[in-house]
Amino acid sequence: MSDQPLVLGFETSCDETGIGLVRGSTLLSDALATSVAEHERFGGVVPEIASRAHLEAMVPTVHRALADAGVTLGDVDAVAVTAGPGLTGALLVGVAAAKAYALALDRPLYGVNHLAAHVAVDELEHGRLAEPSIAMLVSGGHSSLLLVPDLSQDVQPLGQTIDDAAGEAFDKVARVLGLPFPGGPYVDRAARDGDPASIAFPRGLTGQRDAPYDFSFSGLKTAVARWVEARERAGEPVPVPDVAAAFQEAVVDVLTAKAVRACRDHGVDHLVIGGGVAANSRLRALASERCAAAGIVLRTPSPRLCTDNGAMVAALGSRLVQAGVAPSDPSLGADSSMPIDVVSRAG
Amino acid sequence: MLVLALDTATPTLVVGLARWSAGVPAEVLAETAVESGNRHAELLTPAVRAVLADAGVGMAELGAVVTGLGPGPFTGLRVGIVTAAALADARGLPVVGVCSLDAVGTGARSVVTDARRKEVYWAGYDADGTRVAGPGVDRPEDAALSDPVVGDPGFAERLGRPVQAAAVTTAGLLRAAGPQLASGRPDPLVPLYLRRPDAVPPAARKAVSQRVAGQ
Repeated sequence: MSDQPLVLGFETSCDETGIGLVRGSTLLSDALATSVAEHERFGGVVPEIASRAHLEAMVPTVHRALADAGVTLGDVDAVAVTAGPGLTGALLVGVAAAKAYALALDRPLYGVNHLAAHVAVDELEHGRLAEPSIAMLVSGGHSSLLLVPDLSQDVQPLGQTIDDAAGEAFDKVARVLGLPFPGGPYVDRAARDGDPASIAFPRGLTGQRDAPYDFSFSGLKTAVARWVEARERAGEPVPVPDVAAAFQEAVVDVLTAKAVRACRDHGVDHLVIGGGVAANSRLRALASERCAAAGIVLRTPSPRLCTDNGAMVAALGSRLVQAGVAPSDPSLGADSSMPIDVVSRAG
Repeated sequence: MLVLALDTATPTLVVGLARWSAGVPAEVLAETAVESGNRHAELLTPAVRAVLADAGVGMAELGAVVTGLGPGPFTGLRVGIVTAAALADARGLPVVGVCSLDAVGTGARSVVTDARRKEVYWAGYDADGTRVAGPGVDRPEDAALSDPVVGDPGFAERLGRPVQAAAVTTAGLLRAAGPQLASGRPDPLVPLYLRRPDAVPPAARKAVSQRVAGQ
């Protein structure tokens, strides 16, 4: 296989059907179908609805990706798919489809880790990752700090959320504030007109004796709800922009402080932030400010590539092909709680 | 033409290869049935490889793909449908979907399979093997069945009548797919879920603060 393999990537771990094509580390296409509107009235992703939507969208989305990239299935050198972590039923649609395409095309199949793919996608825009790097992944399902000595086979967990994921806290606070689902973009927008210092919300797990790289957002979410309810009970209007700004500040303050600390503690001067919450404008601004002050090179994919997509899976697949990592066995399945230190299911 | 058929609507995944031509019964060249439980995704593509190898047929020689559309437990069912759709798409082949119950047994019969939650998926057929009732999902005693009943014998006791063991077969899938294969213009693949997703819109937001009595 060439050193610029053409990789077809499948992502179906949650509510986005993402199909991407990458040649080497060049993004060719990134087709997406989302069932987000169908979940809105439930206030969260309904796994069965997401899974049904993946099945419907699969073949048309593959063809959109091929057309956008100007290639045919016959040109594909390898197939990559998110094997986990994620929603089992949703993951299985992508895994089964990817296995079938790999079989029919007689190409190797790589079952990859969704979280590692969120890191790999940055290479499509900013070139080869410095190794080691510290990676922070923040999304609706995950909040993790990782040490990445070698993205193709050595990713080490440093810490993660002990309760809600950061994006989950955004969704729940959005609901308290009467903002739509998913909450992230709406809280971000509302916060632009608010004062982040107007309310002092708690910073979880930031005490001297707390785990330095773990996160907790459940207490913060509850504090916001209590504050809003107290206002409502008193018959006073809720200053949505101020609450949004103060909540968002509490989240991004903790995230960036811990990420910078992880870099310092491990003597690493590169930080990459990925996942849907990495699209948050305040997180990007504060991370950039704090990294500059600490002499850390910060890399964040453009917001479009921070949220789930197929290109990130193809990007990691390409990295694995180039590193000579063994492909997955034809008996590959989905692993809803795939550990982060398993970059791919080899052999 | 050579047709690859597969079904994952029941705990036993079925893959077969048959030679099909219009107007005559299909000749099954190779077939495997794997008690895969909830491991359809892991075992289906290896089973496809094995069947093709067994028949000495390459992917390039296939003329069509047939898949059961259910009814069946959702997660496993989707594995079969998306696999058939992707295999066919990758080779530029037509893909035909059939009701999985149509591929169980022959002639006049009712078919019952396990729908979990103490319910059955069921359908009824006349002497020509044409489906005249269902497919439905109901409590066994509420299904409109007529003897002989075939399918999952685990329901005999609940039904108070014998249920002759029968499963999805390659021959049954090909028989059900016959009209669409002959027309060359198969219908779009629409899974037979028969149940809506379990999801309830949330009620009004719950307070986290303790309310003072009377407020």
